[in-house]
Amino acid sequence: MTDDRSTWSPSERERARRRTRRWQTTRRVAAASLATAVVVGGLAAAVLLSPGWPLVRETFFDGFHARESLPAIIDGFWLNVRMFLIAEPLILVLGLAIALLRQARSAWLVPLRGLAVVYTDLVRGVPTLLFVFLLVFGMPALGLEGVPNSPFFWATTALVISYSAYVAEVFRSGIESVHPSQLASAEALALSRGQTMRHVVVPQAVRRVVPPLLNDFVSLQKDTALVSSVSLFDALFTARDYANYNFNYTPYVVVALFFVAMTVPLARLCDWLARRVARRERAGAL
Amino acid sequence: MSEQPPPVQVAGTPLLSVRNVRKTYPVHGERAERVVLDDVSLTVDTGDVVCLIGSSGSGKSTLLRCLDLLEQVDDGVIEFEGREISDPRVDPRDVRRHIGLVFQAYNLFPHLSVLDNCTLAPRKVHGLGRAEAEARASELLQRFGLAEHVRKHPDRLSGGQQQRVALVRALCTEPKLLLLDEITAALDPELVGEVLDIVRDLADAGTTMVLATHEMGFAREIASHVCFLDGGRIVEEGPPQQVLNAPVEPRTRAFLRRVLPG
Repeated sequence: MTDDRSTWSPSERERARRRTRRWQTTRRVAAASLATAVVVGGLAAAVLLSPGWPLVRETFFDGFHARESLPAIIDGFWLNVRMFLIAEPLILVLGLAIALLRQARSAWLVPLRGLAVVYTDLVRGVPTLLFVFLLVFGMPALGLEGVPNSPFFWATTALVISYSAYVAEVFRSGIESVHPSQLASAEALALSRGQTMRHVVVPQAVRRVVPPLLNDFVSLQKDTALVSSVSLFDALFTARDYANYNFNYTPYVVVALFFVAMTVPLARLCDWLARRVARRERAGAL
Repeated sequence: MSEQPPPVQVAGTPLLSVRNVRKTYPVHGERAERVVLDDVSLTVDTGDVVCLIGSSGSGKSTLLRCLDLLEQVDDGVIEFEGREISDPRVDPRDVRRHIGLVFQAYNLFPHLSVLDNCTLAPRKVHGLGRAEAEARASELLQRFGLAEHVRKHPDRLSGGQQQRVALVRALCTEPKLLLLDEITAALDPELVGEVLDIVRDLADAGTTMVLATHEMGFAREIASHVCFLDGGRIVEEGPPQQVLNAPVEPRTRAFLRRVLPG
């Protein structure tokens, strides 16, 4: 079963089949290119030939205003990025902790288990924007000692609270999708409940929920723009500021491009991670 | 199927003809390839029961998967009813409509009941109505002793029962050729019998089969033809009495010594 390329050469029939396959591939590529050209061309034509296009181009796609607003938007966007980078790890940890609490079987943890259920039910029901308002305006008003008053702090906290409830449910669905036989074999090895979760269930669960988690991450990145409603100078607020002064909406498009530029690489990274895991763990699975 | 003409089987054309088939897999991280099937030739006539024997990794399963076009061969020709199915222009689904394949690990759909597992392909692929498909499936399930499990989901059944359901699922499409890939290898010894009984009935009824098996006694009993594979080649083949009782090749002898008790 070693390589015997040296002694084997394809038969005439196999060479003919390879030619056929190449021809089929060429035809598929041609069809795909044609379909893409038709769709993209059609969409472009619909926009560019519309009656209002010249005006839209002036107000939304103006090079001068794009350049003018860019420095301020970059500054503002840095706030969105900071908020996302701080909130995301906290959300992951908190979300997983809540999901694990819901799965806990220890008698002592029953009250916390109840609390976790109430938390997800309540928090998911309240609009994220409302949390931002409540915390940013409400918490400083309490006048508590040693509690920060900065809107940035409380806006980030609002995002963490809101998203940890969603992420907890995503983790829970992953945990519950792990087959009971896995629990049985972990128990048979005399692993404790906590060890079973830590070493067997959660690693499998996390892999399965990467796509929906990514969904929530992207959503969070965009929802950092909610803080513009409490007058934090994020990218969106900066753009609105500029637009209101100059009667030109180009900065909005610039901000949109910034958000897209942040989410697309994240999506590709997740795809790559998923493929790597699949290659390693499902090799040869039929 | 009503819209299809009866098989035009010219006298002398075998149901299945495999000639000089080669299959290789790329080895990860190397330029060399692993040759899994090397110059394999095989002829199957209607009513034949061909048993493929050999150790794990000898190429039995790969050969079956190539016959069902689940794998693309790297050379050689496979003909089914006189038509070359290894041609890239052939739609694999056209071929698979007439071939049944049963896997070692049953591969039943866990979200469907036993009956729905068995009626899915007849209804969606072969155009049968629900009533007709269910009547046919129920009859087969009953004949194979599964009448009481019709409404259950596969995970509630024993391994032997699941594999019998998998056989019924393959038979419900009335295939002209049935491929069985070590269908008893995952079963408890006491459950092997109930599955083999069915295969024996099918063989007696004239079903054309190619099966990879580790059950030598069973192969001797039902096979019309036995092929011993080693290292991706058919080393020895012939009637079971010859290959299993009086093998000529040293490698066949060595293999049979290992697997046969005493």
